[in-house]
Amino acid sequence: MTVRRAATAASLGLVLALGACTSFYEIPIETPIQPKLDVSSFRRVLVAGFIAGGTEDVDGNLETVRLLRSQLRSRSNMAVIEAEPLPLAEIAIENAGPAAAAPDAPAGTDGEPRIRSQQDLERYEHIFADVAYWKKLGEEYQEPLIVTGTILFSPHQRSGMVERTQEVQDQFGRRRTIPVRTYQEREGFILSPKFIFIDGRTGTTLYSESFREEVLYEANQNTPALSSYFELMDRLIPSFLSTLSTQRIRGTRVLLK
Amino acid sequence: MKLRTLVLAALFLGLLSPAAYADRRSDAKAQVDFGIKVAQRGLWKEAQYRWERAVELDPTYAAAWNNLAVAHEQQGQFDEARKAYQKALDLEPDNLLIQQNFDLFKEINDRTKSGNGG
Repeated sequence: MTVRRAATAASLGLVLALGACTSFYEIPIETPIQPKLDVSSFRRVLVAGFIAGGTEDVDGNLETVRLLRSQLRSRSNMAVIEAEPLPLAEIAIENAGPAAAAPDAPAGTDGEPRIRSQQDLERYEHIFADVAYWKKLGEEYQEPLIVTGTILFSPHQRSGMVERTQEVQDQFGRRRTIPVRTYQEREGFILSPKFIFIDGRTGTTLYSESFREEVLYEANQNTPALSSYFELMDRLIPSFLSTLSTQRIRGTRVLLK
Repeated sequence: MKLRTLVLAALFLGLLSPAAYADRRSDAKAQVDFGIKVAQRGLWKEAQYRWERAVELDPTYAAAWNNLAVAHEQQGQFDEARKAYQKALDLEPDNLLIQQNFDLFKEINDRTKSGNGG
């Protein structure tokens, strides 16, 4: 069944259903989503930094810190601490000792460790379990809620058949759209962040959440990496914020008589 | 004589029962209508109270259960909303509007339960 036929059938079904009901009213609602984490005991939040990897076109650590701080400033009740984003990958290597990362973690031209995959990231994740490190950081900033984690933002390619609609004219000159399947090479990005929330008083992890979003464009579109990064983060921000504060999701429902 | 009285009583109740049901539905409908009016003005607590009254008066009134579910949803009472939607769908399983509301509700409810808290 084509998309158009399915849409027609769905519309017909809806009309029949509406006909069966005497009357109905569409009404806007705002559903409150309770936060996943109770942060009522924290008055301050520190978005400390992220272990970031993938493409070198976007500084995943810096951009994520900036974006999350900006969101938290406007959409949470906690005071957002302004501090330099931590170079967590380097700190993880230092804390692990000289033998831990040297052979497996090649450095980029600027000396920072090069992280290309999820496996590369895993080599640094021990830092999140370093309770003493986070507790010390918490003491420096008056025991805030600490937000940290990992960000992998990688280029991605996919080729295959894509269905799109095309406008055509029939023999009577009438315009209509038909579905057309074409082979297409597409490229884009995959964003895989893991947000970790740490209690700055104890250094322990309170909550963590992983996400994965991807976007694909036509190969000739040349969308800048930073633009794709923000497009993908936009999709995740509501879920991130709903960890810390009550969010209201707008929608519509139907009231019946 | 006794048998005759019983038969008459049964007949009376038989005639009364549909009428009583119609009255209950009529009262419940009035509550539903009023609930819709106040919900449209954003007075959701009052609307919820009216629809609760409606389902008390007529527990077979699917529309009232549907509206009650929407009111629970608007106030973040997800367990109650789910129960009310399910009750509405039990009563009218083929009602696509109730099903559509329930599907949208489930989408949000699933979102609140996503993640891997540790």
